[in-house]
Amino acid sequence: MLFQFRSKRLAYLAGSLALTLVVSACAGGNQGTNGGAESPAAGGTEGGNLSGSIAVDGSSTVFPVSEAMAEEFMAANSGVQVTVGSSGTGGGFEKFCRGETQVSNASRPIEQDEAQACQDAGIEFVELPIAQDALTIVVNPQNDWAECLTVEELSTMWAPDAQGTISRWNQVNPEFPDQPLTLYGPGTDSGTFDYFTDEINGEEGASRGDYTASEDDNVIVQGVSNDPNALGYFGFAYYEENQDALKAVQIDGGEGCVAPSAETVLDSTYTPLSRPLFIYISQNAIEERPEVQAFAEFYLSQDNASLVEEVGYIPLSDELYQAALARVQNDVTGSVFGAGATDYSLADFAEQGAGGGASPSPQ
Amino acid sequence: MTAHEPSLLGNNLPDPQEKRFDLNLSGRYRLDKIFAIATLIATISGVVVLLLLLFDILSDGLQFLNWNFLSSYPSRSPERAGILSPLVGTVWLLVLTALITFPLGVGAGIFLEEFSSPDSWYAKLVEININNLAAVPSIIYGLLGLQVFVRILVGITGGRSVLAGALTLSLLVLPIVIVSTREALRAVSSSLRQGGLALGATRWQVVREHVFPLALPGILTGMILALSRAIGETAPLITLGALTFIAFLPPLSPAGLQSSFTALPIQIYNWVSRPQVDFHNLAASGIIVLMVVLLLMNTTAILLRNRFQKTRI
Repeated sequence: MLFQFRSKRLAYLAGSLALTLVVSACAGGNQGTNGGAESPAAGGTEGGNLSGSIAVDGSSTVFPVSEAMAEEFMAANSGVQVTVGSSGTGGGFEKFCRGETQVSNASRPIEQDEAQACQDAGIEFVELPIAQDALTIVVNPQNDWAECLTVEELSTMWAPDAQGTISRWNQVNPEFPDQPLTLYGPGTDSGTFDYFTDEINGEEGASRGDYTASEDDNVIVQGVSNDPNALGYFGFAYYEENQDALKAVQIDGGEGCVAPSAETVLDSTYTPLSRPLFIYISQNAIEERPEVQAFAEFYLSQDNASLVEEVGYIPLSDELYQAALARVQNDVTGSVFGAGATDYSLADFAEQGAGGGASPSPQ
Repeated sequence: MTAHEPSLLGNNLPDPQEKRFDLNLSGRYRLDKIFAIATLIATISGVVVLLLLLFDILSDGLQFLNWNFLSSYPSRSPERAGILSPLVGTVWLLVLTALITFPLGVGAGIFLEEFSSPDSWYAKLVEININNLAAVPSIIYGLLGLQVFVRILVGITGGRSVLAGALTLSLLVLPIVIVSTREALRAVSSSLRQGGLALGATRWQVVREHVFPLALPGILTGMILALSRAIGETAPLITLGALTFIAFLPPLSPAGLQSSFTALPIQIYNWVSRPQVDFHNLAASGIIVLMVVLLLMNTTAILLRNRFQKTRI
């Protein structure tokens, strides 16, 4: 009796074990068929002769641009499958330097340790600016005093020292009224936060903590449009879509007040808050896979600059597009932003980009 | 003793006690009513919030909800954008998660409840672990899935694939399935087991013929709860590396298991955080689709449950 019971119990265990094995065997079997399933796609191209798949991942800020490019690129080359992820600039580089993606979206230049990780893994990259964004300081439309703010005034508001002490507008500038100052901004995970703190407070990540932080910029839009004493910052597209509910503040970077707009970003007068957006492409992929090269050229084509505008960003100047294209064609690897660079001006690209060999090492 | 009449007994009670009893009667009925009203308010407030949310979502999202929306891929322009690839991704995830969790979760529940002695050290160990796992935040499962299913088991899952996603979600909801399976089995009267064993049936026969069919409705309820949780999870999928923009579908073959994927909550989150208002409305439409998928899934499970209940009687 006891023995019989035991054997049943064993049978049950064996049964479930067998089931697990069958499941894993099925899954293992797929590996072989995977290659076979992909190969017919190589012959079955309708538009264009390219085939293959391109994995793009990285910054969620750059995501809309890559999504638009991928959509149009696939419409022109139906044999190529482009996928775009949005795991953040840092997360994107991590995958990129493991060789899991071919293109990495970034809302800031690659950092030293990230470049080192890529180098250790034997992955060389081509750094390409693809669009610009104007970080826009917004206030409520009822706010009639803050028309123009200097970088110093912004720093007074947002510096880590301001925490708990700067809480009224007249503390920022004695000419401003004695009204409470309510601040809204992106959360600390955001590339926008990194860039703003770097430019305004002089150190990436250095910011007061007692403001309303949100990872969703629409929350900042809501907050500022409902509070006459509020001030917030985010990418230009969010201001553009909500112009009737918000007022953009002009920025004085030392050479007079400049309002954020496509023109002032393009002629580099909106400083220091205009920021470049990048993609990083694996150089091996460009060399070995014609579809990756074609995608890079498609991305940098002046004909497609309208896609950048459509999703709310500011395209590069024609010279910069040409300089970036030359970087792809001449295999210029490495980052133009050396260690500890805080000046993210794109001027270097125009000079170094076409130069060909002049590629600083990622050290 | 038998000669005593109830009335006599009553008369023997001291007066003050009887008075207090009478007085309390109306008071207790009042308390009863107050409690009933309080529970009613609790019920209604939940329903009201749900209705408000539904109204908000429906008024924003219904205008975009059409066949085009369901059959197109995501796009940069709100007019052309659809939800096909996230919808298919979510269905893949749900089916796979159900296929993985049902045998594993129910099997583990049956073993712990019916076959193992509750005093054995391994049963205790497993029980403590399951209860702990049920409280682990979902992002931790995402990190675990990234390391184990995406990186270590890359040969089986093919990296950031739909299979890796389903396995991660399965881990996430397994504790719920196991705990609810055990609850359902515990609710089956033990006299049934004893009767079966007394008649010479083996444990396997008792479980298969009597205990499991009776517990099945409860187990299916647990599965509904588990899958409802899985369908709304975003964090572990994003950690795992689920993509956001995909304009093709996984092939309906075993190779599809290894293809990259996206899911409804990811697409909804992406649309909500866009600056353009049209995308916010698209997100509302996406939420409606997500709710419909959830309702369909739950309806299937409830229909199955009712069928099993009928065949038992």
